[in-house]
Amino acid sequence: MRTGQAERLDPGWGEQAGGPVLQVRDLSVCYHTKRGDVLAVDNVSFDLARGEFLGIVGESGCGKSTLLFGIAQLLSPPAAITGGSVRFEGTNLVDLGDRQLATIRWKKISLVMQSAMNALNPVKTIGAQFTDAMRAHGVTGRQEIADRSAEVLRMVGIDPQHLRSYPHQLSGGMRQRSMIAMALLFTPDLVIMDEPTSALDVVAQRSLMIQIKELQQRLGFAVIFVTHDMSLVSHFSDRLMVMYAGQVAELGATRRVFDNPRHPYSAGLLEAFPSIRGPKVDLTGIPGSPPDLARPPAGCRFAPRCPIVVDACRQEPVDLRHLGDVLVRCIRADGNGVVPGD
Amino acid sequence: MTDATPLLRTEGLTRHFRIGGGLKRKTLHAVDDVSLQIGERQIVALAGESGSGKSTIARLLARIYSPTAGEIYFQGRPLSGLRSRADMLRYRADVPMVFQDPFSSINPVFRVSHGVLRSLKLHRPELSDKERTAEARRVFEIVGLTPAEEAMHRFPHEMSGGQRQRVGFAQALAMRPRLILADEPVSMLDVSIRIGLLNLMKQLRDEQGVSILYITHDIASARYVADRLIVMYAGQIAEQGPVEDVLAAPRHPYTQLLLSAVPDPKAELSIDANTDRGEPPRVINPEPGCRFRWRCPLAVSDCANITPALLELSPGHDAACLVAQAGAEVKAF
Amino acid sequence: MAMIFEAAAAQTGGQFPGATEPGGSAPRAGQAVGRIWKAVRSNGKALAGIILLALFTLLAIFPWAIAKDNPSAEIYKPSLGPSTAHLFGTTSYGQDLFAQAVWGTRETLILAVVSGVLSTFLSVIMGLAAGYLGGAWDSVLNFITDVLLVVPTFPLLIIIVAYLPGVGVPGLIAVLVVTGYSYGARQLRAQTLSIRSRDYLEAARVRGERRLYVIMVEIIPSMTSLIVATFLGTAVYNVLAAAGLQFLGFGDPSSVSWGTMLYWAENNEALQTNQYLWAIVPGALIALLGAAFVLINYAFDEISNPALARVPVTRTRQLNPIYRRLRANRSS
Repeated sequence: MRTGQAERLDPGWGEQAGGPVLQVRDLSVCYHTKRGDVLAVDNVSFDLARGEFLGIVGESGCGKSTLLFGIAQLLSPPAAITGGSVRFEGTNLVDLGDRQLATIRWKKISLVMQSAMNALNPVKTIGAQFTDAMRAHGVTGRQEIADRSAEVLRMVGIDPQHLRSYPHQLSGGMRQRSMIAMALLFTPDLVIMDEPTSALDVVAQRSLMIQIKELQQRLGFAVIFVTHDMSLVSHFSDRLMVMYAGQVAELGATRRVFDNPRHPYSAGLLEAFPSIRGPKVDLTGIPGSPPDLARPPAGCRFAPRCPIVVDACRQEPVDLRHLGDVLVRCIRADGNGVVPGD
Repeated sequence: MTDATPLLRTEGLTRHFRIGGGLKRKTLHAVDDVSLQIGERQIVALAGESGSGKSTIARLLARIYSPTAGEIYFQGRPLSGLRSRADMLRYRADVPMVFQDPFSSINPVFRVSHGVLRSLKLHRPELSDKERTAEARRVFEIVGLTPAEEAMHRFPHEMSGGQRQRVGFAQALAMRPRLILADEPVSMLDVSIRIGLLNLMKQLRDEQGVSILYITHDIASARYVADRLIVMYAGQIAEQGPVEDVLAAPRHPYTQLLLSAVPDPKAELSIDANTDRGEPPRVINPEPGCRFRWRCPLAVSDCANITPALLELSPGHDAACLVAQAGAEVKAF
Repeated sequence: MAMIFEAAAAQTGGQFPGATEPGGSAPRAGQAVGRIWKAVRSNGKALAGIILLALFTLLAIFPWAIAKDNPSAEIYKPSLGPSTAHLFGTTSYGQDLFAQAVWGTRETLILAVVSGVLSTFLSVIMGLAAGYLGGAWDSVLNFITDVLLVVPTFPLLIIIVAYLPGVGVPGLIAVLVVTGYSYGARQLRAQTLSIRSRDYLEAARVRGERRLYVIMVEIIPSMTSLIVATFLGTAVYNVLAAAGLQFLGFGDPSSVSWGTMLYWAENNEALQTNQYLWAIVPGALIALLGAAFVLINYAFDEISNPALARVPVTRTRQLNPIYRRLRANRSS
């Protein structure tokens, strides 16, 4: 854990009334395995303003899901938070016990998981599950529960009569929408989503993304959206965080990162999407695989696969640094962006 | 494409499943009356969403299912005529399959060379042990798993997803195939790895002369590798033709919907009046008429009565839409 | 989390012990023994079980090395208490109890192992075939298994044995196997059904393998842990069932085994006549042998399913105070 990292606040989203809703500082998560300790999340810091949509993008093993669970305090052994803080509206969640966390969970922070079929109880109706959630957080009036359940379903565009349906009777898109409805029962300030659209087809995916964005703008909650598909969030997120090997590789406004990626990994990732319009070009992707996190390389973690690597990259670990209004973890990135293959 | 006998041709291929039990017996029309062609040295993309029937077609061609109706012709000969085990083995060698899930398509108990060596043993029994190992090394090198000697002795869990998919292709190549059925081979891989495998497929077509049926739900990757594109909806072919033609001028409203939904970071987002939710198609006891009509903004009354046939609208480019066939330049989505 | 290990494993060229691999972890052919031995050594339960079993095996193979007396010889003073000459005393017939206990190990162990192996073999055939072949095969095989499952085994055992006069160990084994395989068969069938649609089995069929090959070569190796568990469970049950039958007087009462010891002890009212050891010793030994199998069974579960393995406690002391506080909070 390097000192000095805590002062490097990311540019954030400007001053908002009441300050940022979430402040993650130097968060580290470790898995204890027989082979050794695997640092799945290494000193991640970022701020999240009220109503902001942050996309976290990365491939398998980059630590994005682990980061999500770390923020939501859902890690269980052999994983544990080994450093840093997660301040939600000023309170450090890492210090809280289960009972204190319960007052925040679902009311202030809620979660939408990847596969509704796995997250929803298959033997209970949607309405029964909504009722469970509300009772667990102190709402007991039957009429109140019924009214609110119908209201959230209507918000996501589902006819409230489906409160009486079982999950398997709904289509994939509708199931994901009911998951989102459930997450909005208490109008939280922050909704964390872990690849909620990856089980859906492309038309349903787009429809769901538009719905999420609409709801976000209407109700004003902040969103952390984790995905492996960069192009999916390109039109919806305010800021984008690219993760690689447990670290933040690049963090900045979405359009900036897309139009002008500074980190060679972000650039390579963007290049790896063949387009359906425009000229057909030969692409190369990014050869190789992510590093073994039990024994990460000494210098930059992307060095073994980087098209513009130099000797200096392999010597020492690389810190995040400001490059205009973007944070990049690369010693070769300059103000004009990285040219791959340089 | 060539008018000579195509490598593989299906005629009216149909597959129904009976679902439900007792009194509520219903029929699921997974594939209905599909007539497609695949030529030599060609990559044909079969694109569609869940419920389109694309995976069922792969399994029909791989003889995992047998057709409810219709026929499959391979090199001019109907598959129903293949009776002996020798005939069947020969077909399996000519038309192998690569599976979608790199984590469950290789037996975790054996080294990765196991499948390749078994394929060689079954289909080229004339090889000696030494020749077999040499041949295995050769196909491992073709798919880019080098050094082949070292890669062959690994276990699946020591390889990444992308490497395992390459092993899948190696297994297929070992049999000296004419046509590889690739069932969503890159869907479960990381984005940065996909390109490597898509390039491998192009290389197999160019250097090994193998045709590939590339089944996918990702139109962009279909465009990258394929020569021809077949778009399926609700078990039927909606549109087919040279890939650039179909993408530049999609005639079927469903194809247009699909293309409009593909996220393109370089383009502007158009949140227009299109509120299509992506609900799955109705393939259980379907009524006659176009199966897309409930979602189609251009549907007319005829669409409910007449099931559109797949007709050629421009050279090599067919679409099954009454409105498009009537000559109008449709712009549904 | 599996993803992390995927990425981690990809970089290394070597073995990745204890990998939580999607699709279940199965012992690798060839490296299985080495890995299992290493895992057994580190697991207390497994070690205890293996040591016990090894001791019993030694007793079964070399009984003469431990007990010098002929167990059936009625040469001593009857009903003696424990002493240096007779560790457990003597029976009412003047036989040395210690010798009986030691020599009896052989018959009991043979019963347990042989019937366990044969029973597991039958379970595998019936269960796997039913699960994989499906259709008519499944209906017929499964029907047979289900019927045997429902019939109360022990009364059935008694009835069968009562009709077979003078049945010795082979007869007992046969009866135990036929009545006892059904539970394991059911489990193996369920497991087979769950892996039946795995892509690699379909891939094997698509490349032209025959169905028998797929069962023998592709399925069985990945079910080894379940098969071993079936064997261990069956062995325990058979030990108890066999002892029970012998206690009731079936089998050959003149043979020397723990069950027959109990039979004679009961016949001579050992407990009422203060010859406690006569009854307790065979019972305790049966329990110990059963415990040995059960311990190994537990440990096998933990070895083959890393999710059951407990995170070693010692590491947490070196950790960040935040983690310690976290653990303390979680238990509150």
